[in-house]
Amino acid sequence: MKAFATLIYVLGTTTKTNEKLKALQDYFGIANDKDKVWVIALFSGRRPRRTISSTLIKKWCAELIDLPPWLFDECYHTVGDLSETIALLIPDEQTNQSPGKSLHYYIEWFLQSASTTEEEKKQFMLQSWKELSSSSERFVFNKLLSGAFRIGVSQQLLIQALAKVTGIETTVLAHRITGKWDATKITFNELLFTTDITADASRPYPFFLAYPIENDVSALGAAAEWQAEWKWDGIRGQLIKRNDTLFVWSRGEELVTEKYPEYEALLNALPNGIVLDGEIIPAINGRPLPFAKLQTRIGRKSISKKILQEVPVCFFAYDVLEYDYTDIRQQPLNQRRAILEQTLSTVNHPSLLLSPEVAFESWDELANLRSNSREQLAEGLMLKRKTSAYQTGRKRGDWWKWKIDALVIDAVMIYAQKGSGRRSNLYTDYTFAVKHEDKLVPFAKAYSGLTDKEIAQVDAFVKRNALEKFGPVRTVKPELVFELAFEGIAASSRHKSGVALRFPRINRWRTDKKPDEINTLDDLKKMLELYGK
Amino acid sequence: MPLIEFTDKGLFCPAGNFYIDPWKAVDRAVITHAHSDHARPGSHAYLCHTKTKPLLQLRLGLQDCQTLAWHEPIVMNGVKISLHPAGHIIGSSQVRIEKDGEVWVFSGDYKTEDDGLSGAFEPVPCHTFITESTFGLPIYNWKPQAAIYDDIQQWVLQNQQDKKASVIIAYSLGKAQRVIEAVSGVTNNIFAHGAVWNTQETLLAAGEKLHPIKKVTAETNKADFKNAVIIAPPGADGSPWLKRFAPYRLAICSGWMQVRGNARRKNADQAFVLSDHADWEGLLSAVKATGAEKVFVTHGFQSVFSRYLNENGIAAAEVKTSYGNEEETEKTTGLE
Repeated sequence: MKAFATLIYVLGTTTKTNEKLKALQDYFGIANDKDKVWVIALFSGRRPRRTISSTLIKKWCAELIDLPPWLFDECYHTVGDLSETIALLIPDEQTNQSPGKSLHYYIEWFLQSASTTEEEKKQFMLQSWKELSSSSERFVFNKLLSGAFRIGVSQQLLIQALAKVTGIETTVLAHRITGKWDATKITFNELLFTTDITADASRPYPFFLAYPIENDVSALGAAAEWQAEWKWDGIRGQLIKRNDTLFVWSRGEELVTEKYPEYEALLNALPNGIVLDGEIIPAINGRPLPFAKLQTRIGRKSISKKILQEVPVCFFAYDVLEYDYTDIRQQPLNQRRAILEQTLSTVNHPSLLLSPEVAFESWDELANLRSNSREQLAEGLMLKRKTSAYQTGRKRGDWWKWKIDALVIDAVMIYAQKGSGRRSNLYTDYTFAVKHEDKLVPFAKAYSGLTDKEIAQVDAFVKRNALEKFGPVRTVKPELVFELAFEGIAASSRHKSGVALRFPRINRWRTDKKPDEINTLDDLKKMLELYGK
Repeated sequence: MPLIEFTDKGLFCPAGNFYIDPWKAVDRAVITHAHSDHARPGSHAYLCHTKTKPLLQLRLGLQDCQTLAWHEPIVMNGVKISLHPAGHIIGSSQVRIEKDGEVWVFSGDYKTEDDGLSGAFEPVPCHTFITESTFGLPIYNWKPQAAIYDDIQQWVLQNQQDKKASVIIAYSLGKAQRVIEAVSGVTNNIFAHGAVWNTQETLLAAGEKLHPIKKVTAETNKADFKNAVIIAPPGADGSPWLKRFAPYRLAICSGWMQVRGNARRKNADQAFVLSDHADWEGLLSAVKATGAEKVFVTHGFQSVFSRYLNENGIAAAEVKTSYGNEEETEKTTGLE
């Protein structure tokens, strides 16, 4: 556990990619095979689920060190992270010099703990806190338990480190660690050195992702070399049929087949040995619905008939990566597109549609078409070079996203709360309001968009101008005006304002504006009328 | 009438007609230590510990001031004043005042662990104790100094092995002297920013037994920084001044580094939790050791610490002061 804690510390502290890479290599050089498999699992989003509630953990910690609950909460608000708060509050056991247990011991205990009693869980927690010899070890231990371990390292960096350690090419590694495998059963060698692709019929390919376009679009060269498609606002996914079984993967590498019963019908319609790349998106008669509709069913375990009727899900396919059990990612896009079109016309099913090409002759014409994106319920356009292969990860050059400008509104900050992680003990989470008659109506929260320097200024403002305290939230004198940007707007009965925004963030600080110059609730409602229906 | 009143100019003793660490210009100021949020310019007459005087001369451009050794009493308008070690930085003192058998003590800034340079913190029995609370939360508990020094030394050695210079960010007065002590255990090749160097020279000239260091100037040969240790004040962090040391790794020494998020937003390669303030247990033990019936809690987590004291049978109240503002413009960004 010591080596793992050191790894996490370095990854969390340094901002230099080389130092992160070195830390990963060092770790893979000394860790045992079981721990290595678990680190790959954790870093590729395969976290064990939480088995003990945070309420219990908090209670046991406060009991152990004899702390009144209010004081525990004060600590928590300052640290901004429950796992870290507990790690810091429990004193170091100075006498402990033993090498300690390893990472997989703790994870595997958590995995089997669903069948243990509360008392057994408590004893395990107390014992573990005691035997872990530093706060950084207790921190990673608590994080593993919480099921919400976010590590500041990309999967690509993990793959680079593994490539250096094993000598295997990165693209091959990326594919091998993708898909469905069980860290409790698989060995390090089985995972990384097995060449048979059919060993796991469900295995998806790593997604090819695009960067936003950086220069004038005409800099891309001749328009005829490019294919344009609408950029849909759904969930990126892969639809796979192999060995008479259907699998649906989301970009978060989550197997979501069960969540979308609409796709079951495709099992008989699709040929075997096929992998399609596309968008999981709610649509009626081929017309997309706002993303907010999809959100109403994302978190649900069981999908009711009513939801299936109101928010039916479709798959808008735009690429084919495997055909007749053959990996065709290296074929040029126009050839893959031909295969895709032919396959879909044979399938001919309303739940599987071809994401259409947007025909254009010149960049100017395309710019015009792009300005109609919102009417198509699209976020803009995707540009793909017709000769491009399907690559791995986010790469510049052949695929670009060309999004439409965000919607903006001026609002005043009225509440602030301290952030967590890198922003702990700083007021970084803000709630904003628009005017309605002589009142202020909260309508959005935003956490991002300010520079560190601006955050420090806003933080100082909040500390000086806090009016009331509601737990961790401060009401603040309504004085600072910000321009918020957001991608979409939808009606919502859960929000006081009656609207819900998609991806709200701070666009800029309007130091030139006074609070009485902000937008009104009526302005928001007009936007809802225009873009949210 | 209370022995000390909390006024808009600072802590005031009406019977003795003097202020302690006033934040506005006054007639007579007793100064606990030379940090800029406690020692401010403009007052007519100053009284401080002998070791603080050269620092005030350096920092405030003071011509002269009255000094006392620890435990050496003087009487001002019938009020007896004496200074007692606070362990915060060199010269830092608690102020004990007594009139008609009633004793009040103002802690100034303090730490309870003896750092070997500043004098060991001395609990002073009193009726009323005014304490700081910079780190008044139970998440703040420090490792022993020896263990932290060891960590710093190991880090420097590792950097030398990787052929990198070690830049360490530390306050020029207080933290820098401790860091220099720590690294001098493994290297003599120590450079410092002008602000740190000036302070070190002033202290050496005053007879403190410290390690001499080299000053970084525009003329210093870049090759001299290879594998060296460079001590720099917080203001240098993130500035182009650092470029000349490349390749280097950067560490920050501060109690605020206890919380990961603070360390992460500094973008440093390494953070050492080294503070010149008492940790939670240190604050509690200091308060208990005074035997005070009444405690006033100033700069820091005053509402938390005073509530905790009240719940544990010690009458406490929070007091707003202007301490922790000057050097604390850096405090909000994560440095003491």
